[in-house]
Amino acid sequence: MTSRLGGVGMTLAYERRVVARDLTVAVPDRSFTVVIGPNACGKSTLLRALARTLRPTAGTVLLDGRDIHTMRSREVARTLGLLPQSSVAPEGITVADLVARGRYPHQGLLRQWSTEDERVVAESMAATGVTELAARPVDELSGGQRQRVWIAMALAQQTSLLLLDEPTTYLDVAHQIEVLDLCARLHEEQGRTLVAVLHDLHHAARWATHLIAMRDGRVVAQGDPREVVTAALVEEVFGLPCRIVEDPETGTPLVVPRARRGRQSGPVSAG
Amino acid sequence: MAPDRRRVGVRAAGLGAGLLLLVAVTVLSIAVGAKQLTLAEVWHGLVSPGSPEHAVVQQMRLPRTLLGLLAGAALGTAGALMQALTRNPLADPGLLGINAGASAAVATATALLGVATVRGWIWFALLGAVVVTVAVHAVGGGRQATPERLALAGAALNAVLYSFVSAVMLLDAASLDRLRFWTVGSLATADFTTVATVAPFILAGLLVGLAGARPLNALALGDDAARALGASPALVRAGTVTAVTLLCGAATAACGPIVFVGLLVPHLVRALTGPDLRWLLPYAAVLAPVLLLGADVLGRVLGRPGELQVGLVTAVLGGPLFLRLVARR
Repeated sequence: MTSRLGGVGMTLAYERRVVARDLTVAVPDRSFTVVIGPNACGKSTLLRALARTLRPTAGTVLLDGRDIHTMRSREVARTLGLLPQSSVAPEGITVADLVARGRYPHQGLLRQWSTEDERVVAESMAATGVTELAARPVDELSGGQRQRVWIAMALAQQTSLLLLDEPTTYLDVAHQIEVLDLCARLHEEQGRTLVAVLHDLHHAARWATHLIAMRDGRVVAQGDPREVVTAALVEEVFGLPCRIVEDPETGTPLVVPRARRGRQSGPVSAG
Repeated sequence: MAPDRRRVGVRAAGLGAGLLLLVAVTVLSIAVGAKQLTLAEVWHGLVSPGSPEHAVVQQMRLPRTLLGLLAGAALGTAGALMQALTRNPLADPGLLGINAGASAAVATATALLGVATVRGWIWFALLGAVVVTVAVHAVGGGRQATPERLALAGAALNAVLYSFVSAVMLLDAASLDRLRFWTVGSLATADFTTVATVAPFILAGLLVGLAGARPLNALALGDDAARALGASPALVRAGTVTAVTLLCGAATAACGPIVFVGLLVPHLVRALTGPDLRWLLPYAAVLAPVLLLGADVLGRVLGRPGELQVGLVTAVLGGPLFLRLVARR
């Protein structure tokens, strides 16, 4: 397995609160890697460290074999894109303008807007299916549309590595599937390496090609979800007793939580 | 995409129209006053040293107009930068207390040290602007500052600082005399020395501010998004605050605290340009002096035989407009 992006012996902390110690991970090239784990297990922190938005207090993040913090910001931004968990769309900005802001690392004082920028922005909007929305203000869109626009912005950055921090949070189930299918397409058709933090184990097992399961700032297991996702692992990581069945659509592992004792059968009481 | 090209064309044309408007107001500002000049007389006053209009134009109208152009551009740009930085469409260096800080420092310097020229005032004004910018940020919650907390901190500091300025003037009759026009906000005392003193600071502030347009566009998407795009939030903030301080300090030192120009112009311009600072900043820099000079000319007409200070006119015009904007949100 080759890996362009990873971290070695990282200690990750906010102010003085240490989230993870001596953490080592590698993102396989051309994978759709998904990081899962319970709340506060450090999965988003890991993603922020890999994205260079959080500096490890010890250890190194390596991008193409180099310490990411010794590289120039612009160079990193041309290789590695990030869809942050919370981003703000300026009031009144249109879809096309927001997507165009992804071109930032490719522009400069002397190199302003070019036909290349225009082409990439159009392609990014087409790839995410937001071309028809180009002239609409972002504030007016639905949650699912808005998330596709932000992904289009990250695509316009033209990076071979793309990190997504909880891209499906706050979306209803149909939009969650839509965003994940879009990610899978970007991975399969464009050969990009994707790393996403997800909450839903079922989604992780179904869409990921590589799974990293975390708990308390440690990596508990990693590998192909078909091999990694077992009842024992889910119990260990989430403390959730469950059975694993086969997803009838894809054959991937489907986590079915065990019913609470005394509720195995019988009618559900109303109220 | 064709629509995009067309939009760029429309925006460029709009900026051109703004410039024409600015030229028209500039001519008006040279022509209108106690002695009314015709267009031909304005022209003579500008180019032929022997003509009778020359003295009026050169000694009074021209420096006053140039100062109006500079101060207007400074206030408009500073307002637009402040609104972008605080993500608050109603932010304004005046409302955040920066102009008041510059005023308080100038009043202190006048009363205690006897400083009486713009050349001396400017350094105190810059110092006051810096101190208040830092103080507002600290009182407003430091790294956790929200637009609301910043606005509250600014309002509180504003009240304290203007009371202080009033107190200084009440206690010291000589300062009162020197500062009376100045505290209202006026272009009337402008001469070429004033213009030459503040011009370098304002031009530097405009350059730093305009250079920040693209990074500020990135920062508008959130700190993490900005970092991911390769911009440094800390560097962008520091640059923007430097520009705002230069612009507000210099404008306040030259004409006193003028309110509402820095708030209204960028806010209205946003309706034309959208939130893209590469357009918003130049538009604000061109249209704010149109408002300031327009208000100054209006003050000369309404106040006849004397004149109304421009700071009064912008306050009277701007106050109700501001209330309407707040009510509409």
